[in-house]
Amino acid sequence: MTAMASMDVGSLLVDRLTVRFRLPTAEVCAVEQVSFGLVAGECLALVGESGCGKSVLAAALLGLLPANALVGGRAVLGGGGDEAVQLIGAPERTLARTVRGRRIGLVPQSPAARLTPVRTVRSQLEETVRELLCPERALVGRIAERVAARAAYPVDHLDRYPHQLSGGLAQRAAVALALVGDPWLIIADEPTTGLDRALVERTADELRRLADAGHAVLLVTHDLVAAERIADRVAVMYAGRIVEETSAEVFFGAAGPRHPYARGLLAALPEREFVPIPGMPPELSALPAGCAFAARCEFATKACVRVPDFVAGLACHHPRGDDRG
Amino acid sequence: MVELGLRAHGVVAGYDRRAPIVRDASLLIAPGEAVGMSGPSGCGKSTLARVLALLQVPYGGRVSLDGEFVTRWRFAAPRAMRTRVGVLFQQPRVSVDPRMRLHEVIAEPLRAGGRSVEVADRVPELAAEVGLTDELLARRPHQVSDGQLQRACLARALVLRPRYLVCDEMTSMLDASTTAALVGVVERYRASTGAGLLAVSHDPPLLRRWCDRVVEYPG
Repeated sequence: MTAMASMDVGSLLVDRLTVRFRLPTAEVCAVEQVSFGLVAGECLALVGESGCGKSVLAAALLGLLPANALVGGRAVLGGGGDEAVQLIGAPERTLARTVRGRRIGLVPQSPAARLTPVRTVRSQLEETVRELLCPERALVGRIAERVAARAAYPVDHLDRYPHQLSGGLAQRAAVALALVGDPWLIIADEPTTGLDRALVERTADELRRLADAGHAVLLVTHDLVAAERIADRVAVMYAGRIVEETSAEVFFGAAGPRHPYARGLLAALPEREFVPIPGMPPELSALPAGCAFAARCEFATKACVRVPDFVAGLACHHPRGDDRG
Repeated sequence: MVELGLRAHGVVAGYDRRAPIVRDASLLIAPGEAVGMSGPSGCGKSTLARVLALLQVPYGGRVSLDGEFVTRWRFAAPRAMRTRVGVLFQQPRVSVDPRMRLHEVIAEPLRAGGRSVEVADRVPELAAEVGLTDELLARRPHQVSDGQLQRACLARALVLRPRYLVCDEMTSMLDASTTAALVGVVERYRASTGAGLLAVSHDPPLLRRWCDRVVEYPG
């Protein structure tokens, strides 16, 4: 897509975003120099093991980090008919009144736990409608029902309380809540964790439909099956850095990714070799000096004591699949 | 003749006697056998797994463990029976006492069974097997990731050397690499001890890869 076209329909540009947490005894480097772009109609899957910093990245874009977070870099949300806004360091007032729910919608992990337990789904949807859209009173109910229908939430289940919902329904209620303000960007944080295969596919397909309808979708997940189903591009995160970014076609295709970590993640799938990557990810509070994956990498050499630069979608001293040119 | 294996005979169970979720379920897990059970969420497969792990009293039917009918359940189950089945759940966070360090989590079944003398040998051995370092063993649950905590829960399930393992969605919160690692630990344990396995999951490709046979529930 050309720059002109992306200006028209909106874009998110994240540039060298860095997030650290200052603790009494250590500094946690959760996100380090992360850059990527996202345009309308596109779904980018951000994948990696738990604890690699993916959710912190999502929270940073929404301005939902705790007070001890130190944030650097830029994230510009632009176009789509609205004024461009630099999300990092934006005043809380701007984020609360113009960004959250209105330009960026969040589909949270374990939605059943995020819904208010003592109120029905209808009441929560209507509250969000009133808050974000401020329509005439008489219209609130109808708009809420329309949004529920868009998220494939059955209208006759609107009067249920969260504990009466199955995992799939709770997930759809969360999608409906995220859609109320018709946000341009949808961030879905592990939306498929704990769901059965049929629900994973259904949830993923709903996100794909949103992308096809002109939204941009950032799918934060460790579920490679869901990513394969709907993503246009895949960014692999390891120990706070994006180590590879490539098209989903290449990533899941015959060629596969080039970073040994990304290849290892894929090889661990039961559909593939089902072999784990040895060891565990490093602590984000005690990262090694060089390439953070070197300790687990069978190809590591002396060169790996230096952090590899991120060039042409890859940060690795010893990429695989060189022979294919 | 004594029939070896963990068997459900026409089990009826649930949370409301008038509308049981599990109706007339029968299943045999032979020693050394890996049985996968798949089905949509809410179909009752976890309830049946809980009954087989002696954690829930069924409304009807019987459960036998190596030829012996189970007559008492939960805390009332005789120790020799209770310790023959190891259990692993989906959410490690709600399966551990948040005040215990991981070392204590793994050692707890030994301590509870009056076998504290084995702690010094058994815990380091299992920690190495599941990939937990000494530094991680000294932490409490809130200081580790879901994957690390599930590793501790797996070590805890194996610490008494159970003859049967019931893994209810053991890996559904975990990434692909951690999943493969934990399944590898279970399989190494089974290869060395000949333990039987019931693996409950809603991920059919995982079960096909992991188990000798996969039953659809409800069949």
